[in-house]
Amino acid sequence: MFERLTVPDLDNSFTFFFEGKPVPACDGDTVAAALIAVGIIEFRTSPVSGQLRGPFCLMGSCFECLVEIDGQTVQACMTPARSGIEIRQPRVPEGTKGGTGEAI
Amino acid sequence: MKQFDLIVVGAGPAGMAAAIFAATHGASVVILDEQPRLGGQIYRDVTRSTVERDGILGPDYIAGKKLTQDLITQDITHIPSANVWEVTPDGFVTFTVNGKAERIAGRFLLLATGALERSVPIPGWTTPGVMTAGAGQILLKTSGIVSKDAVLAGSGPLLYLLAAQMTAAGSPPLAIVETQRLSDHFRAAKYLTGAFRGRQAIFKGLGLLRTLRKAGVRRITGAEGLEIIGSAKVEGMKVTKSGWSEDLICDNVFLHQGVVPNVQFSQALRLDHTWCETQRCFHPVTDQWGRTSSPTIYVAGDGAGIGGAKAAEHAGRVCAAQILTELDYIKSSKRDELVRPILAALRKELAVRPFLDTLYAVPEFIARPADPVIVCRCEEVTAGNIRQYAKLGCVGPNQTKAFGRPGMGPCQGRYCGLTVTDILASEHGKHPDQIGSYRIRMPVKPVTLGEVAALAPKTPK
Repeated sequence: MFERLTVPDLDNSFTFFFEGKPVPACDGDTVAAALIAVGIIEFRTSPVSGQLRGPFCLMGSCFECLVEIDGQTVQACMTPARSGIEIRQPRVPEGTKGGTGEAI
Repeated sequence: MKQFDLIVVGAGPAGMAAAIFAATHGASVVILDEQPRLGGQIYRDVTRSTVERDGILGPDYIAGKKLTQDLITQDITHIPSANVWEVTPDGFVTFTVNGKAERIAGRFLLLATGALERSVPIPGWTTPGVMTAGAGQILLKTSGIVSKDAVLAGSGPLLYLLAAQMTAAGSPPLAIVETQRLSDHFRAAKYLTGAFRGRQAIFKGLGLLRTLRKAGVRRITGAEGLEIIGSAKVEGMKVTKSGWSEDLICDNVFLHQGVVPNVQFSQALRLDHTWCETQRCFHPVTDQWGRTSSPTIYVAGDGAGIGGAKAAEHAGRVCAAQILTELDYIKSSKRDELVRPILAALRKELAVRPFLDTLYAVPEFIARPADPVIVCRCEEVTAGNIRQYAKLGCVGPNQTKAFGRPGMGPCQGRYCGLTVTDILASEHGKHPDQIGSYRIRMPVKPVTLGEVAALAPKTPK
């Protein structure tokens, strides 16, 4: 279980959307950190086996925290959270073992 | 195209110290970093840390404030949020900021890309909820997020530091599980002279252990097997040692087995590298000034071999001093005078390393995991697969790609490269230097075709 040390004050917080659901975030959060703070640690499925995957290194090296923003696959840990952005799980290509073309 | 005397890649302690030193003596300097704020991972977000976070993270973290402040007050071009994806031996550096690619030119290049955590391949380590200890620290530093009742496993001083920081944040870990054995202490004993010179680091470690004991944090040492329980998410960790085993129930596991140089650029540039026995990883070959096998390219800090933040700072200044000499900003006599105290401080800082590297050596079951364990996370290739390729005649890491795609996923081999080298070396009874490593290629980070297409040609018409 992850927790924030302090309750964010309203002046510095905002909301974005993950798979349509609102996620609160604070100034300075990356998309990955904001999702982790509300207990979302399953970000995507592996295109190889379909196994669930989530953030691992949080410093841009492991590429486990991939999400889709505006049709582009990006690293959630390298993307600053911004108000109102719509984030989806990356589509897994059809024809791959883990791929159904659908989100998990 | 913008031109600079010196292009620094990476704004951690090595990169910042080098940039400040070079700019102070008149060089035109640009520092590129992939994070939005200065500091690297060790001083991540130190510029916006709160009093509360300063208290939790401690004085070694706050030390980064001076360096970031010094950099801001100098005439240095800082390009934040820059995804550097190509570096050429003739001094061209290409990067993307906000979806727009740009290329700049430098007479000298300093790679200060730091370290990444050594992989800890154990059964279930790809399960959501398993992260690196560094990731645990990054959450604290950037967002004040802490995990409750987590298990910290592996070995190395960072485990104690993270545990102490979590304790200070009011969430002491459920347990620290260490792979370190008594025999590591005996082996490390031959480096006691170095340990004495670097005794401050050792006192710091002992202090952290005292804090953890006082807080009642459970410590299990000599673990011979670690395994994640749960498949969709972490439900716990199974620890085994000599006939004993226990399931620790938790939702988060932070793994750590030391850090290794991030050699992605130096390898993609085909610079010379050599295997370091005590750190069990490849280092770029550098001379006393941090100069690589390509005379205008330098490497400073953990990217040249693990030495920690303080050593990185000193090494950055040493590189900068030599680059300033080559650029004729200072004479070699001035350089020698400037670097004398810096080199002494650097040597002192590095003295403790062989002791620490041996004391927290990588255990065999992590360096060369059992057959069923996934080695390449991206392509889900197991240690058994790699051994099978070796039996079929696969001789080197790059050739394994043709057998089963390890190292070909989005992380480009960052987290499986060393394990694949280590396994192949053992299977063929060869030295890792003979086995070599993956052939890393530019772009070292993913880039869109649009970004490449929008670039101006290298030499303006």
